[in-house]
Amino acid sequence: MGNTYLLFIPILPLIGFLINGLIGHKLNRKVVGTIGGATVLGSFILSLMTLFRILGDGNAVSYVAFHWITIADLDITFGFRIDQLSAVMINVITGVGFLIHVYSNGYMHEDKSVARFFAYLNLFVFSMLILVMADNIVLMFLGWEGVGLCSYLLIGFWYQDMFTKKLSNADAGKKAFIVNRVGDFGFLLAIFLIFMTFGTLNFEQLSHADMNIAGGLITAITLLLFLGATGKSAQIPLYIWLPDAMAGPTPVSALIHAATMVTAGIYMIGRLSFMFVHSETTMLTIAVIGTLTAVFSATMGLTQNDIKKVLAYSTVSQLGYMFMAMGVGAFSAGIFHLMTHAFFKALLFLGAGSVILACHHEQDMRKMGALKDKIPTTFWMFAIGSLALMGIPPFAGFFSKDDILARVFVEHKALWALGLVGAGMTAFYTARMVAMTFFGTSKMTKKQELHVHEPGISVRFVLIALGVLSAIGGLIGIPAALHGGAHFSHFLDPVFEAAQAHQGGHHHLSHLTEWILMVISIAVVATGGWLGFDIYSKEKSIRKNFVKHPIGGKLHHISYNKYYIDEIYDFVIVKSIMGGSKALWKFFDVTIIDGFVNFVADIVAFISGIMRKIQTGHTNSYAFSIFIGALGILIYIASRL
Amino acid sequence: MFFTLENCLILSVILFSIGCYGVLTKRNILVILMSIELMLNAVNLSFISFNYFNYNMMNGEEMGHFFVLVIIAIAAAEAAVGLAILVALFRNRDSADIEKLVEMKW
Repeated sequence: MGNTYLLFIPILPLIGFLINGLIGHKLNRKVVGTIGGATVLGSFILSLMTLFRILGDGNAVSYVAFHWITIADLDITFGFRIDQLSAVMINVITGVGFLIHVYSNGYMHEDKSVARFFAYLNLFVFSMLILVMADNIVLMFLGWEGVGLCSYLLIGFWYQDMFTKKLSNADAGKKAFIVNRVGDFGFLLAIFLIFMTFGTLNFEQLSHADMNIAGGLITAITLLLFLGATGKSAQIPLYIWLPDAMAGPTPVSALIHAATMVTAGIYMIGRLSFMFVHSETTMLTIAVIGTLTAVFSATMGLTQNDIKKVLAYSTVSQLGYMFMAMGVGAFSAGIFHLMTHAFFKALLFLGAGSVILACHHEQDMRKMGALKDKIPTTFWMFAIGSLALMGIPPFAGFFSKDDILARVFVEHKALWALGLVGAGMTAFYTARMVAMTFFGTSKMTKKQELHVHEPGISVRFVLIALGVLSAIGGLIGIPAALHGGAHFSHFLDPVFEAAQAHQGGHHHLSHLTEWILMVISIAVVATGGWLGFDIYSKEKSIRKNFVKHPIGGKLHHISYNKYYIDEIYDFVIVKSIMGGSKALWKFFDVTIIDGFVNFVADIVAFISGIMRKIQTGHTNSYAFSIFIGALGILIYIASRL
Repeated sequence: MFFTLENCLILSVILFSIGCYGVLTKRNILVILMSIELMLNAVNLSFISFNYFNYNMMNGEEMGHFFVLVIIAIAAAEAAVGLAILVALFRNRDSADIEKLVEMKW
């Protein structure tokens, strides 16, 4: 077959993980960084080869390494299958992953456990590649759990430090892990149900299976899968871990919590799209949850002062847009946004990272300002990323977001309106972030200002590379209305063929309508962006007046405190579980379980206390009992004769 | 006829009972050991009597004799060990009274 090289795509980062993880602490940090980056680069080259192969003949490439689990009807292979969708994913993962490894070389050069960092990072890339390359759900789940583990390890990378006053970095990691468990529970149940219903877990076989089964069952399966996706991809109600995941080093936030891992849920829905389209309920749920998350988290992003927190809420919000697209059956639009988002959000995070480094580990935007001329490369690249995030043409975000909004417009006008509001808010907080960081007056101390410097050459290279991708990455998906070929969507067509066939031909908008929609969204985005930029770069008094206003102040307070969702969850779930456990411990465990065990022990002790008196130590009495016993036996035998 | 199986067994029972009585009532360990020997020999007597009087029934086998020989050998060994313990005990305690050896209790 000649497809063995597919195996090396995930194996290379695994080798990097083993080297750095086992002997990395003895190696020079430059060697460690090189191993970390080079293995991912190798995977990237192989991924590109695969992509070009698929671009050439349009056929999926597959390779089965070995049969992993074989029990009766269950046959799970350790096999890979790369079709158009996975090809996009592996290139995003290894491409962006490689750039972030290069960036990390510069960013982490002072850290003492750099080998541990690169080992985790490589393990993450390995797991993520397994996730997207797997040809069956169980192998996908292996990767799914692997990335969760790496996410946990990397969020708590600086486990000695505190993230907030109440939450240490290690706690933030645990929070991410536990919240993800809730979603994974749904995913596991879905896997069991799929095997029970269809008798196979292989994607290829599943796609040929008859999906016209009892409606409730398919809805249950897809809803459970979606629960898994909400955990991994940080959607309502399980999004709460992502903002706290910013406790990890910034390259980690960029790679795991913006570009790749959090998109696993989107990928999973895309991979199983042929199943999801059979449940109207699930599709509607996905669309509604996505929209709500997009808008809801955008409102929280409006007031955050921590530059990474803004980006975190923005990530949750953008993931919401992707789910919105999935929910209305615009799968390729969702994946398109996934890809452009990976570019520009990684860029923004890495830009934020170099701002943070420039300001000497300061993340509070209120203490920045006027950095535009001090770190020009970072500024320009950050600006490109921001424009892409806002959705200003011709940057990458515009085409993908507009594609989604246009498709949502066809299906649900209300969701479209909400999405548009979210886009406006996105523009506002992005502009606010740029204005607070790079414009206005400097709020740094003199000492800090002297320290401000551009990052090293490798960091700048990465920023520029991602900047280029963010600027032109959207051009591969120019819609027909703009005389483009919508190449990206056509490329993915074979993957979503089955799903789209079930949905029937979707109503195409006339080019005029598309034009109008584009103009509306650009107008909304431009207004939001201009407002945010104008207010915050000139530091207008309206900010203070708004906070002082009774209603405005309350709104600001609620948004700043993230609607107290963490506190509500803490009260409703954590406290109730803790209270319940405590009650069980104090009453049930101590009184009933211990009581029962101790009661049995007491009975034995009491009876033994009486019985032990038999042991007198007098040999005669023992001899006498032997005599009585023997006599008894004799009498018994005699009576039986 | 005086020399019958019944009479031999009655003699054996008498010997056994005397031995048993000695084990249960005597306080001197030496006497107890002697009583045990008496009981063993009572059993030996019954073995040998059964073998002697039921010789034809047993097709000429002499199982009873073997048992008796084995028991005598083992009893000799047992007596040697028992007496050795007794000597060691007496050196320690200056007494062979079994009523005073009551440490091994609850």
